[in-house]
Amino acid sequence: MSMTAETLEQIEFNEEGFFVDPQAWHEGLVPELAKRDGIDELTEEHWKVIRFMRAEYLAKGAGPTVRVLGKSSGVSIKELYQLFPKGPAKLAARIAGIPKPRGCI
Amino acid sequence: MAGGKKSIVILGGGTGGTLTANKLRKAYPRELVDISVVDRSDGHCYQPGLLFVPFGKGKSKDLVRTRSAQFRAGISYLDSEIDRVEAAKNRVYLKDGRELSYDVLVIATGARLIPEETEGLLGPGWMEKVFTFYEPEGADALASALKAFDEGTIVVNIVDMPIKCPVAPLEFAFLADSYFKDRGIREKIRLVFVTPLDGAFTKPYASQHLGRMLTERGIELVTEFNTAEVDGTAGRLVSYDGREVGFDLGVVIPLHGGAEYVGRSPGLGDELDFVLTDEHTLQAKAFPNVFVIGDATNVTASKAGSVAHFQGEVLVENIQHYLAGEPLEEAFDGHANCFVESGSGKALLIDFNYEVEPLPGRYPSTIGLPLLKESRINHWGKVLFERFYWHGLLPGRSVPGIGARMPLSGKIGVPVRERSV
Repeated sequence: MSMTAETLEQIEFNEEGFFVDPQAWHEGLVPELAKRDGIDELTEEHWKVIRFMRAEYLAKGAGPTVRVLGKSSGVSIKELYQLFPKGPAKLAARIAGIPKPRGCI
Repeated sequence: MAGGKKSIVILGGGTGGTLTANKLRKAYPRELVDISVVDRSDGHCYQPGLLFVPFGKGKSKDLVRTRSAQFRAGISYLDSEIDRVEAAKNRVYLKDGRELSYDVLVIATGARLIPEETEGLLGPGWMEKVFTFYEPEGADALASALKAFDEGTIVVNIVDMPIKCPVAPLEFAFLADSYFKDRGIREKIRLVFVTPLDGAFTKPYASQHLGRMLTERGIELVTEFNTAEVDGTAGRLVSYDGREVGFDLGVVIPLHGGAEYVGRSPGLGDELDFVLTDEHTLQAKAFPNVFVIGDATNVTASKAGSVAHFQGEVLVENIQHYLAGEPLEEAFDGHANCFVESGSGKALLIDFNYEVEPLPGRYPSTIGLPLLKESRINHWGKVLFERFYWHGLLPGRSVPGIGARMPLSGKIGVPVRERSV
């Protein structure tokens, strides 16, 4: 437990809680990151979304918005809000260690 | 240019498609290049004018001119829906069965509204209690609804970004405030602006400024509201996180996507049917002989006519480079500018690009229109722009001092924002 906490302490976050260096992320950090955002129990569905966010970021250089997530992750927007109640794209991005999804202009 | 006569096909004859066709026709003699434009209807609507229709300033039909009449001589016009593009074969398949092959394809088919993707939006109450001014019928119907409205709550709701002309919903709220003041019943009307963003607008500095303008006018602001459902019977918006906002009259800006055929065209688009486009060269990501302009792209510039105008210069030069076998110029900087109507015959002007957010000062240089500041001259700028649109912008004439690259000379204090917001 203290090991994990120490690991998170070494991570640099920006003022909105996103990873400054996405390379510093690994799956072992996910449970602690989720707790930080009020998600105590990670289900398979959570993992599916987190891994999808991570893969999208690595492939395209930016995380998807909620609407795109709902179209392409295999999880509907309603379910996404049940999994990540305070805003799926933002929370899942924080937990997946990727930058804040780029707001459209 | 080697290899005989070339063919350029342009999909979409709106702002971007028309100005591109006209600029290309000026650039190439007819014996060297054929230019064709495909669109599904022969009516070209001056879309910025739709904002004023709900407030009794004209009918939407007065904003429409004949599409094919906006082209220079020597441009063919094909009236058809598009079925799909097979870019790997350099072919376009039209719904009417015709097939076109091309050396260069320009995609200018803009954005489409997708109200059906929001639960309840097209259900009971649509066009009675719930409207959009983003298309002509809705703008006309809203004019009658507002005229008959003398007490209650009006919400202006952006379902999600991206949308065309991202300042238009704010302008609608400002104009509604002014409209009900003029009618002497402003105190009986509650105005609520409901947005998925975390402030009034996307860019921090302008967002603060525009947020203050809402407060000054007594317009309530509800942020980070992701609309899940529009209930036209009960008169309420419901968000995915379970919040509700009630209304007597709903003005909703529906979800946007790219043209449907993009989704049927292998390799061309993203999840929302916008075309994957290089943000500086305007070349399609997957196909070197496909170029994209205006609302149809997935680039993070605003979806606005001014952007298509500024992109046009870069696009036409890059098509010329491509046909000459030269490297493309990474010249587009995301430049956008918009007049923002603030009510009572005033407007402000904002000017920005990918890197620099809207700043105060003057445009295009130290002598020019005031930026981020309400003034009558900006309102007249907006009014006179309609004339320039038909007679300057669409014919592809360039204006001295108003160029693709965003000018910094008149701007005050230049904080460059982070690239990835």
